[in-house]
Formats: sequence, structure tokens, C-alpha cells
Amino acid sequence: MSIEILLPAMSPTMTEGNIAKWNFKEGDKVSAGDVVAEIETDKATMELETDEEGVLGKILVAEGAEGIAVGTLIAVILEDGEDASSLDGITATVAAPASEPPVMQSTEAAPVPEVTAPVAAVRVEADLPEGTTFTNMTVREALRDAMAEEMRLDPDVFVMGEEVAEYQGAYKVTQGLLQEFGDQRVIDTPITEHGFAGLGVGAAMAGLKPVVEFMTFNFAMQAIDQIINSAAKTNYMSGGQIRCPMVFRGPNGAASRVGAQHSQNYASWYAHVPGLIVVAPYSAADCKGLLKAAIKDPNPVIFLENEITYGYSFDVPDVEDYTVPLGKAKVVREGVDVTLVSYSIGVKFALDAAEKLAAEGIDAEVIDLRTIRPLDMDTIIESVKKTNRIVCVEEGWVTCSVSSEISACLMEDAFDYLDAPVMRVTNEDVPMPYAANLEKLTVVSDERIVAAAKQVCYKQGE
Amino acid sequence: MAKKPSPRTTKGGKPAARRKAVQKKAPEATPEDLIQYYKDMLMMRRFEEKAGQMYGMGLIGGFCHLYIGQEAVVTGIQAELKDGDSILTSYRDHAHMLACDIDPKVILAELTGRSTGISKGKGGSMHMFSVEHGFYGGHGIVGAQVPIGAGLGFAHKYRGTDNVSVVYFGDGAVNQGQVYESFNMARLWNLPVIFVIENNQYAMGTSLARASSEVELFRRGESFKIEGEAVDGMDVLAVREAASRAVAKCRAGEGPVLLEMKTYRYRGHSMSDPAKYRSKEEVSKMRAEFDPIDQVKNRILDNKIMTEDELKAIDKEIKAVVSEAADFATTSPEPDPSELYTDVLVAE
Ligand SMILES: Cc1ncc(C[n+]2csc(CCOP(=O)(O)OP(=O)(O)O)c2C)c(N)n1
Repeated sequence: MSIEILLPAMSPTMTEGNIAKWNFKEGDKVSAGDVVAEIETDKATMELETDEEGVLGKILVAEGAEGIAVGTLIAVILEDGEDASSLDGITATVAAPASEPPVMQSTEAAPVPEVTAPVAAVRVEADLPEGTTFTNMTVREALRDAMAEEMRLDPDVFVMGEEVAEYQGAYKVTQGLLQEFGDQRVIDTPITEHGFAGLGVGAAMAGLKPVVEFMTFNFAMQAIDQIINSAAKTNYMSGGQIRCPMVFRGPNGAASRVGAQHSQNYASWYAHVPGLIVVAPYSAADCKGLLKAAIKDPNPVIFLENEITYGYSFDVPDVEDYTVPLGKAKVVREGVDVTLVSYSIGVKFALDAAEKLAAEGIDAEVIDLRTIRPLDMDTIIESVKKTNRIVCVEEGWVTCSVSSEISACLMEDAFDYLDAPVMRVTNEDVPMPYAANLEKLTVVSDERIVAAAKQVCYKQGE
Repeated sequence: MAKKPSPRTTKGGKPAARRKAVQKKAPEATPEDLIQYYKDMLMMRRFEEKAGQMYGMGLIGGFCHLYIGQEAVVTGIQAELKDGDSILTSYRDHAHMLACDIDPKVILAELTGRSTGISKGKGGSMHMFSVEHGFYGGHGIVGAQVPIGAGLGFAHKYRGTDNVSVVYFGDGAVNQGQVYESFNMARLWNLPVIFVIENNQYAMGTSLARASSEVELFRRGESFKIEGEAVDGMDVLAVREAASRAVAKCRAGEGPVLLEMKTYRYRGHSMSDPAKYRSKEEVSKMRAEFDPIDQVKNRILDNKIMTEDELKAIDKEIKAVVSEAADFATTSPEPDPSELYTDVLVAE
């Protein structure tokens, strides 16, 4: 029996990788523990060890191949006495996943069939000059470019956090910054969130402009006192004297199969606090433009990224010093029948749902909030005046959620325009389960949005 | 507040003597220094006595933490600081502000919650700031000022100045994780930070011994390779000596430094605390034998720098300043309601 080597997933969100190197040739003997290949992802390079012994019978995916889906058969090892001829006709095939694949997938290169590229849905800012060209880039690159540009523009801007410098960022968002700006401005911190967040606050009070990266916002729980009690309130308590021009940024939201402590959305937590600006963008263009605006802003900004979207690609305008205003939502798809409002990765689900609704004759308008605090209710109300129906979509808990806030504001300010109750489609109100099927049940899906939209349009079961 | 003694503030480049351990013999001071410290400390004392009275009259709201008894600490350290240095402390902050030359009027007006207060009446006793004077608060959360102080030191280093950051915190704060997180980063990056532990022996009602497994607080930086020194915090000259060494180190890029100031507060933790956790005798002994103001006063008298009457005249002047500040604080209007929503975010 030959032994199959499949491309392994080396992190919870990895969906594909590149074969950087084969360390053995066909016909070589391999033993357990040998590093047979080096696999490269957008985050890191990792070694692929075999735990079997035999002869490397066939290499099915050559060195240098890119965008290989996790689970693809990349090589076969022959066991003692096995004949190489038994391998004739075997090709690199994507193995059927053991269970349902995770709901969220990267959209790059797309060898995995169910992945849809969100690129098509992207609209650009209306006020871009005519003839503007675009560069397609990932969210990760857009964020990095935003920081690099601001660092070039302003020597007071510096980046600090765990692994941001030498390791190039746990999620590779700060890749290359150390090389360009040096270790005085790209600073690796110890694993002490409370302390380094507070240190950043002090540096900001002195007029520097720190960008504090949290490896994920889950760990910022240890720093929440400094964020809320120090960063958010000092301007007020000092009668406008002491500012905190800084950005706390990093991924948040559901990751994939990492369980309850590493998988949650913090938008409504921070949005609750006066004195903070809270940004949760979706597209790469917004990530770049909003992060640049956040760094320039004289206030403390919570910048909530989404790990799953880091690898998504979008068109980013080639505009010098491109910024997107904080506090402004964006209509990303126009429609007349129902408004779907969301933010961060929820926008993807809403856009997917809008496509499905379109196929059923329902023309949905999709709004990307982009900034959660201040909340751009004007844009939402404008849309509701047109559609008279709304579904709030959010990859977070429903209780005291952003959706709850929108719903309440609509009761107060747009009641007369509503033809149906406001509906909220959110994650289930449970800590994130680990099991693949339960996790899938927990997070928002386009099906649930479609069902809710039909409900507010009174078109169930049609 | 009157000018700081000039010889100290301009000492600049002169390398301070390198001495270890606790200061033994009484350090030297010029007559001008002594008079200045006497004035500075007396101002703090009279200011806070007035604040105490006004609190009793219901003119000051919320919590009001007095520094009475501890005046030598901030006075001695401040004597070694110069323009551009930053300091910050906890909620027990009135004296630190006076030491930064902040006008007593605007401090007291903040205590009464008036529009003329240093935070426009929106901060209160525990949350006061003055960028102009290098005073970065006034922090209500125990220990929160410590990493922030490290951050101010970080900024000095980032900008390549020789300024230092002095962060004061209590014996109750020393057991916090964020304090050690700050020690670690400060040493790792050699930040010009002076960590001043004001060990007044009680954190609210809990004595140091009941809360801390290691009560020699000057040793708390050891595992981070931060040199510590225990100092008689009731003697302004001993404090100044230690500060002089610490400041010189930090300005030379050899910081951080830790100073444990052995001090004592005469009043309760805040105005609402009857301080039943310690004996009357303990307090009166400290007052009678170690009072920081009396110690300076005695030096002035012993050395015949001034007479008893001259010192009384100083006291009278200070009382007049404080009482003028009290008038200001009670007659100023409350903030305009339109101030409610200002300064939540920086308006551009
Ligand atoms: C994080 C936090 N916990 C508790 C309190 C309540 N509290 C205020 S002051 C204090 C005692 C602190 O004592 P210490 O640090 O010795 O300072 P001192 O009051 O003696 O100057 C406590 C427990 C607080 N403000 N913040």
C-alpha cells in the first residue's frame, strides 16, 4: 500500500499553499521525521515532515507550484517492496474533505470550488478622480501599505506589538516594515498586553502616534483598562488637553476552528465607549484608506480587522495619500426592495445573499458600515426610506450588538418608513464551538440572510 | 507657586555622585534651597488643609485624597527636574501639581467642579492634567499610570532628548502585573523612567505587610535588573540626593531607576476614611518626629537662616494665596451645559 502525502493545513485558516521546495527526489529513501518539503503560505514557510518510511515514489506537484489547495495529493511514498509502476496514472487531486469545509474560505486563486471572489462586488468611492487606476491587492497588503505610507509621511508614527518586527507580524500584516523603518520604529514587545497598551497610551499622550498591534483582539482583553479608562477618557477628563492620537489594531471576529477564546467579534464592545472611534472595514481599499485616516486622526481608534479576509483581494485606487473618511458608511450594492446592513466580513455574506436574492427577484441594497462608532445612521435611514425594509447582519453576538443599536435607532428615527420589523441576523448567542458542524451553525450565513430578507419582504415560501 | 531653586534645575551636565544603598548623613543644601523647600511643602500642606475643610463643607465632591505627610517626596524629586520632563501620579495628585508650578486656583477650582478648573470641571480631584507643565495626570485606576509613565519615557527616548519621565505610585500598586510589565519594557529598552514608589505603608486600610510577600519594595526591580534604592521619604534633602543620582542616570541613558520612598500619610486614605486600621500613637509619633516640613524648618532655624517670625510671615503669605484660590474656586461658575459633549473626541 502506497502512502499518500496530502498538502496539510498548517494554520486554522490556511486553505492553500505553495510548494517552495522538495528536499528529496523520486526514488530517494525517506524515513519518519524527514522534512520532505517546504510549504509556503502567505503567512509563513513551514516544513512538511513525513511520519512514514519508504521510497519517494512520485512527486505529483512540482517545486514552485503555487496556490495548491489544502488536501491536494502532492506525493506518494512507496512502502517496502512496492513497485513504482503501481503509481502510473495517479495525478494531483484534491481530496474530498472529511467533514464540511469551514464556512469561510480565502478567495485567492480559488482552486476550492465553493470559494467566490468578492472582487466583483467592490465599488469605488464616488469621488475618485476620473481615470483613476487600480491595483489589485490583498487586505493584508493594503493594511501594510497604509502603515508604511503614514510612517513615511510622519516620523511620529511607529508600530509596536508582539512579533511585528523580526517575525514580520503573526499574520504578516507588518511584513517589510522593520526593513524599511528600523527597530526604533517597528518594535517587538513582550507578551504583556496590559503593559504595552499602556505604554502606547503614554507615548501618545506625549504626542507620538503609536500603532499598537494586538496579535488578535482577544488578547486585548488584558489591556482593556488602558484602552477604555486611559485612552478613551483622558481627553474628556483633561478638558481637551491630553490627546491620545493612536490606533489599536489587529484581527478579530470568528477565525476558523480555533474555539471560543480566539474567535469573537469586538465591535459592539468598543462601540459602547465614548471617546473611541471604532472601525471595522471589509474591502482592501477601505482597509487602506481607513487605516491611513485612523493614523492621522487625533483620537484613539480601535481598528478591527478580520483574519479571514486578510487574503481576500480587491482593487485599491492608485491615489496618492488615499484616505477614506472615518464615520461614513458606504452603499456597496444598490437595490430597492430591502436594505442589508453589515460590516467587516458580514459584508461578504450580505453581498452573497444579495446575489441569491436577485435570482429570486428581490433587489437588495447592501450597506457597509465601515465605521461602527460614530455610526452613520444617516446612510442607513436614507436607504430605508427607499426600501422600507432592513436586515442587520453581523458576525457577533446578538445581545447588545451593533445590530441592536441600529434597530433601536431606526425605531426612534425611521419608524414611519418601515414596512416590516427590523430583523437581525447574527452569530448564535454562544461561545464559539470548536466542532466544524457546530461552528458552521453558529456563524452568520448567506442562507440565513436570504431567509430574513424574504421574511421582511413577506415573500417566504414563494 | 514660587520658582524652583535655580542651582538644582540648571545642574545639567555635571555628573552626580554615584552612591549605593540608603543615604546616611544629612546632605548639603544651600539656605535658598531650604527656604524654597519650606515654601513649597508648606504650600502643599496649606492647600490640602483647605481642601479638607472645603470637602467637609460639601464644596468638593466625590473622593478627595490628601497627601499630607508625604510632601517631601514630590518636592525633593521635582527639585532635580527640568523643562520637558514629564511626571504623573495616581489620584493623590494635588501636591504633584503644585510641585509642577501649576496655579493653585485652577487646581482648587477643579476640585469644586467649576468651569475655571484645570479640566474645565470634567476631571475632578483624581483626573487633572497639564501638558504645559509636563504633568500627565492624575489617574484614578491604581497602577494605570505606571505603563503610561513608561510610555512618556519611551517618547523622550524616541525623540532623542535627555528628558526623563517620573512616575509615582503607591505601595498598593506595586503588586500589579502592569507594573512589572512596565519594569520589563523599561529595562529592555533602557527608558529614562524613574519609578517612584511612595510607600506610605497603607493601601486604603491594608498595610503593606498584609498585602505584599516582599515588603522591601526597592528590591522589586531586581529581577528586571533595575537598580533600586530605599530613601527616607520624610526628608526632602535625602529625597533630592537620591533623585539627583536617578535623574543623572536617566539623562545619561542608563535608566530606568527605582526609588522606594519611605513615607507616611497623616490622614485617612480619602476624606471618608477614619483610618481606624492604625493607632493614634503611630500617627502622632510620625507627625512629631518625622514631619518633613518641621525637619526643614528646624534646619533653617538651627542654621540661623531665618527667624521664627520670618517663617511665620511666609506661612501667612501662603495662607493668603490659598484663601484667594478658595475664593476663586467657590465663586467661579459651574461649567456651561454646552460643555457636556465637548472633548469626547478631539474636534478638528
Ligand atoms: C485597579 C483599582 N483597584 C482598586 C481601586 C480602589 N483603590 C483606590 S486607592 C486604593 C489603595 C491604593 O493604595 P496605594 O497604591 O498604596 O496608594 P496610596 O493611596 O497609599 O497613595 C484602592 C484599593 C482602584 N482605584 N483601582
